[in-house]
Amino acid sequence: MSPMRDRLIFIAQLAFTLLVAAFLIVPAALSITAGVTVNYFRGVQSGLTLEWVVQVWELYADTILRSFAIALSTLGATLALGVPGAYSLYVRGGRLARTIEEIITLPLAIPGLAIALALLLAYGGFSDFRRSWLFILAGHVIFTLPFMVRSVIAVFAAIDVKTLDEGAASLGASPWRRFRDVIVPNARPGILAGSLMVVTLSLGEFNVTWMLSTPLTKTLPVGLADSYASMRLEVASAYTLVFFVMIIPLLVAMQVFAGWGATARPAR
Amino acid sequence: MTGTMTLRSFLALCLLPLALAVTAFFLLPMAKLIAVGASGKTGIAAYAAILLDARYRGTLINTVLLAAATTAATLVIATVAGLFLQRHRFPGRAVLVALLTFPLAFPGVVVGFMIILLAGRQGLIGEITLRLIGEKEVWAYSIQGLFLGYLYFSIPRVILTIMAAVEKLDPSLEEAARALGAGPLAVLRDVILPALRPAFIASGAIAFATAMGAFGTAFTLATNIDVLPMLIYTEFTLSANVATAAALSVGLGLVAWAILALARSVAGNAVAAAG
Repeated sequence: MSPMRDRLIFIAQLAFTLLVAAFLIVPAALSITAGVTVNYFRGVQSGLTLEWVVQVWELYADTILRSFAIALSTLGATLALGVPGAYSLYVRGGRLARTIEEIITLPLAIPGLAIALALLLAYGGFSDFRRSWLFILAGHVIFTLPFMVRSVIAVFAAIDVKTLDEGAASLGASPWRRFRDVIVPNARPGILAGSLMVVTLSLGEFNVTWMLSTPLTKTLPVGLADSYASMRLEVASAYTLVFFVMIIPLLVAMQVFAGWGATARPAR
Repeated sequence: MTGTMTLRSFLALCLLPLALAVTAFFLLPMAKLIAVGASGKTGIAAYAAILLDARYRGTLINTVLLAAATTAATLVIATVAGLFLQRHRFPGRAVLVALLTFPLAFPGVVVGFMIILLAGRQGLIGEITLRLIGEKEVWAYSIQGLFLGYLYFSIPRVILTIMAAVEKLDPSLEEAARALGAGPLAVLRDVILPALRPAFIASGAIAFATAMGAFGTAFTLATNIDVLPMLIYTEFTLSANVATAAALSVGLGLVAWAILALARSVAGNAVAAAG
């Protein structure tokens, strides 16, 4: 093999990969620039400004705060439901547990629009519930639960939690104390990975949320869709910028965390 | 307080809240969706209409073709880039990987906006073609724009899966093939690509199912793009045709679920999660 040809193949592949990266990053960079530019069509030479970001806050602060509230509530609910549930499913094992796990994971395979329509048809008549942000919370919990449950089960499988549990049982600890003092601390990597996934997904969720929200319960992504349709490009971009600022620390945390060890990786 | 509780009843208690929530907010609503789908003027025949009605069938075929094209293109792009990134170490590689996976958490609406900035009326591509050939190319608000959007959100996911699979390849197989005189192309065709098959099936199925059901991108780009999620949206909100919207949703859910289930039976348990 000639080193010359290897060199050419390397350069061609590098150029291709850079092109793919440009396809993904250039629009994001354009959006970030547009969000802080006085006039996007005249370019950056028209000057930089935070005016659009301020305008976004005035127009959409409620959506930003609501998205945070829903994401944190979703996290609370998936922790409360998912961690004990995952423990029970893993320790029991058997066909029934596998079937239940399959059912919990189904929302991953079903488009969000269908889940939202189903919730709307089932509970749309309960108008207080339908009008409140709790309706959106229900959708987010169903949509993100699989990530928490699978992430925690993956850690249970990796650390052989059954042996730990039996060891603690032989010392006379009650099931509840074993769960609190042995199981949960050992499942921490899976709980953390699952939590990051749940919060990130909830903050960006649109497909389920769109049909569940009302003009008074808009979330950030629903507000984004709104601004893309009706606001000037600079405002839409500034709003997108706010979303990037919220989501990037979570993405970085996930990457750092995934680097810690294969056992801690979210099961996706 | 639970001192006398047996492990069996404790495990049941642990599962109870999860089971109740999933039943109340997923299983019952899904049953209702299926029932409403058969509650229109034509009854249960509404489900058959997805295939028999020319307009619905056309939209279904369109959606499947678009999802298939997205999947094929994504697999090719992600394999070239993923193999390259996993096999070479060079300065800036970590940054490049981070850039390629950065859009992983973008919702469909944001992806739609990215495509508008790239190929919309004031987009970058239009600016460039205006200067080069004197004509403004605008792709964003049509099925081409949607294709670009679906590529945008499937590339990062698939690249990650392919890179993880390449990392696990057994290098001794390639060395053996080379020692037997196989050239780089033959090694790629006969050793590397066959070994990556489970990763192709797993990530391809996820890309396909996600593209079938994606709604936010199409919603941002245009409401008249002829794909299934947009049809459900227009039937439900504009025509108030709830029964048809429900039947179409059930059909869409079944197709997406079947694709993932099929891929999992072929490629093993790595298949999950259409985000």
